[in-house]
Amino acid sequence: MNISVLSGKGGTGKTTISTNLAVILGANYIDCDVEEPNGFLFLNPEDIKKREVKVEMPIIDKSKCTMCGACVKACRFNALAKTKNNIIVFEKLCHSCGACEIVCPTGALSYGERSIGIIEEGNKNGMVCKRGLLDIGEPMAVPILKQLLHELPNGINFLDSPPGTSCNVVNTLNYADGAILVTEPTAFGLHDLKMAVELVKGMNMPFGLIINKYDKENHILDDYIDKEGIKVLGYVPYKKEAAEEYSRGNMLIDMPEYKEAFINISETMKGVLL
Amino acid sequence: MRIAVISGKGGTGKTTVAVSIGAIEEHPVMVDCDVDAPNMYLYYEGEDIKKGQFYGSELAVVDKDLCNKCGKCNNVCRYDAIDKGLVNDMKCEGCGACELVCPQKAITMVPQKTADTFITKIPNGIISRAKMDVGSDGSGKLITELRKNAELYQRGSKFTIVDGSPGVGCAVIASITANDAAIIVTEPTKSGMDDFIRVHKLCEHFGIPQYVCINKYDINEDITMDIENYCTDNGITVVGKIPYDETIIRSINELKPIVYYEDSKANYAIRNMWNKVKELVNKYEYKNIK
Repeated sequence: MNISVLSGKGGTGKTTISTNLAVILGANYIDCDVEEPNGFLFLNPEDIKKREVKVEMPIIDKSKCTMCGACVKACRFNALAKTKNNIIVFEKLCHSCGACEIVCPTGALSYGERSIGIIEEGNKNGMVCKRGLLDIGEPMAVPILKQLLHELPNGINFLDSPPGTSCNVVNTLNYADGAILVTEPTAFGLHDLKMAVELVKGMNMPFGLIINKYDKENHILDDYIDKEGIKVLGYVPYKKEAAEEYSRGNMLIDMPEYKEAFINISETMKGVLL
Repeated sequence: MRIAVISGKGGTGKTTVAVSIGAIEEHPVMVDCDVDAPNMYLYYEGEDIKKGQFYGSELAVVDKDLCNKCGKCNNVCRYDAIDKGLVNDMKCEGCGACELVCPQKAITMVPQKTADTFITKIPNGIISRAKMDVGSDGSGKLITELRKNAELYQRGSKFTIVDGSPGVGCAVIASITANDAAIIVTEPTKSGMDDFIRVHKLCEHFGIPQYVCINKYDINEDITMDIENYCTDNGITVVGKIPYDETIIRSINELKPIVYYEDSKANYAIRNMWNKVKELVNKYEYKNIK
């Protein structure tokens, strides 16, 4: 059972919600925001094992290459270029698709590997905690994400998604059975929530909403939630103390009031998603 | 002068800072590179004066009449996106390997629209922005297109302000390259500092001069100090420290840049920061020309 936690944009509390809920439910935590993973700062998992993530890229055997340029023509990602007396490989643009190898008439092209990041796995009180970490300067996070999601542990997994609604998020949702959307009651929150709702509805999966930084006086989200018939799983109130605990890297459920809020959310969640 | 405002992650106040700089300057050109969740234009009753469509990827399309389900395409597709001529468009990366091996010539690569692009006229300048189709690839290519769209307007303007995307991947790399400097907005939390260090290393990797602005610096002065020490050790200038200010929440809900609230503490801090950045960038350029 994989539950993806997403929000349309960053800073709404995806990591706060996923880490605290995972601990309450004794579930596993998977940080899919491989560009900026923060969950481990809060969970502090132990016995961390690291593994490199490798992608393939073309290697050209100059003794066989006739400089015909077929590979350059076949590459749709501009990862190969022909100069006066060389074929250059821009390895960071390469999607490892293999098209260049298919078209090379002399067999000068083969595939080699290079590392673009790591996957880390540890545990905390029986929870499996995993994350992917993209090397700085590497543009493509998807191969790390795919490998991370390909080998999920058994049980309930909380997938802390990347921000936004683009390919990285879709890749995460491809592995999810249900989704939790996180929003905050501001004009921006509403704007971004609409995009996230459009995305999960398009993918046809059950989902519920958690309103973070909740303030009873504020009704900016109400009409939209009613109109779309969105199931609200619960509220996480806004308090300065919570912001302070968060800033130090502490869990909100260490505070009794928040523990209760997260227990309530987990109960409602069971009815909607599990 | 081209300045990118970035943050490593969302929610640190990047757009607040970028929109404020845009409000201070006379005729800014703004580029909203947070193509996943573009918020900049929400601050203005702008008018879209130019619209375009962006074709950012390709998709394998199979002619059913020609396909004989031989399965050769299955073998070459490294994304597991095609099965005997049936294409999973969520998985297809548009590489064209299947087209190359299809003996029936049943497969064609068809360009896919992934975003709408806009030039939005605002009272004092323009915003180049995009609305991405949900689930599309938020690639660097789209960001490069937005910057190209903005170029036409850059002649009449002294400042181009790029509101960067979150993260350290493809989209951010395209947001920061070819700028004179990047302002990294961070906040004093453990995760904020972690993200800041990653995005700082990214700027260093690409040789972009960088300045740091600590937002809500007073919510955790210990971590603010840690960030400042880190900056000193790594030769990065902290150009501004914005105090926690309730007026910012008001400004977001009223959709007015914070610099219009004259009595607000954040207004002062942002104006000071921006003056400092301009001074430093000019000095840096001068030094480089010499």
